[in-house]
Amino acid sequence: MPSYDQTEPGTELPARQYQVTRANLVRYAGASGDFNVIHWNERIAKSVGLPDVIAHGMLTMALAGRFLAEWAGDPGAVTEYGVRFSAPVVVPDNNEGATVEVTGTVAERLDDHRVAVDVTARSDGTKVLTRARAVVRLAPC
Amino acid sequence: MAINTDYTGRTFDPSEPYEVSRVKIAEFADAVGEPSPLCRDRAAAQAAGYPDVIAPPTFAIVVNAANAARVTHDPGLGVNYAMVVHGEQSFSHARPIRAGDVLVAQTTIESIRALGSMTTLTSVTDIRTTDGEHVCTARSTLVERGA
Repeated sequence: MPSYDQTEPGTELPARQYQVTRANLVRYAGASGDFNVIHWNERIAKSVGLPDVIAHGMLTMALAGRFLAEWAGDPGAVTEYGVRFSAPVVVPDNNEGATVEVTGTVAERLDDHRVAVDVTARSDGTKVLTRARAVVRLAPC
Repeated sequence: MAINTDYTGRTFDPSEPYEVSRVKIAEFADAVGEPSPLCRDRAAAQAAGYPDVIAPPTFAIVVNAANAARVTHDPGLGVNYAMVVHGEQSFSHARPIRAGDVLVAQTTIESIRALGSMTTLTSVTDIRTTDGEHVCTARSTLVERGA
C-alpha cells in the first residue's frame, strides 16, 4: 500500500481494466435500485437514439472508485470523489461485454495525509469519465 | 415542458430514514466488484478502526435513491425523466457510511440552467444520521435533453 510520505505529485496508480457485461448491469440495477430500461433493454435503448444498452454512469463511477480503494487499501479512504459523465459505456450482448480502463495520477499532496488523484476512465477508446478527481487518505509512512 | 426555474433554491422535506444493513453493503460491493473484506467482514473492519463494515465510496447513491426519485418526479418541477441523463456526480464524506447507520437525506436545488436545447439541474443532498451527525454531501447534475 502507498504511504503519504512516499507519494509525490505525478505518481501513477496501477492501471486496471474492468469488464462490464449485461449480467453486471442487471446486478447493479438490482443493488442500486436504478431500473432505467436503457440499462437492460436494447430495443428501448435504440429507440431513444443510443447505439445499444449502456452501463449506468454510477456503475462506471463505482468501478473507478474500486480502483482508488484498491490503491489505498481501504474503501473508506476515498473521502471526496467527483466525476463528469462524458460518454456512455456501450455494452453489447456478448460474453465479453465492454471494457472500462481506469488510470490515475496523483495531482497534489494535501494536509492530513491526504492526496488528490486525477482519474480517467476510457471505454472503446473514448473517455467516459472526465474531470474525475478524488481525495484519498493514505497511511502516514 | 421545461424545468421550472422557480424551484431554484428550494429545499425539499427530509427523506424517510434509511437503515444501512451489512447485507445491503455486501450486495452493493458484489455488484461493483469491490473485493475488500472491510465491506463484508465486521472483524476486518474493526481491525481497520471502523465500528462495523463500511460501504464502497459511491454507496450514498443507494441511500439517496428514494429521496432523489421523489425530487425528480415532483410534478411542479417538470422534469421529463425519459430525456434525462446523468451529467455529473460527486460525494464528499465526513466518514464512510457503515452498517447500522440510520440516515436521512435532504435535497436542495442549487441551480437550473438552460444551455441551448438542454437544461441542467444541479442539486445538493445532505446525508446525516437521525442523531444529526453529518456523513456525506452528494452533488448531482442531471441534464434534460431537448425534445
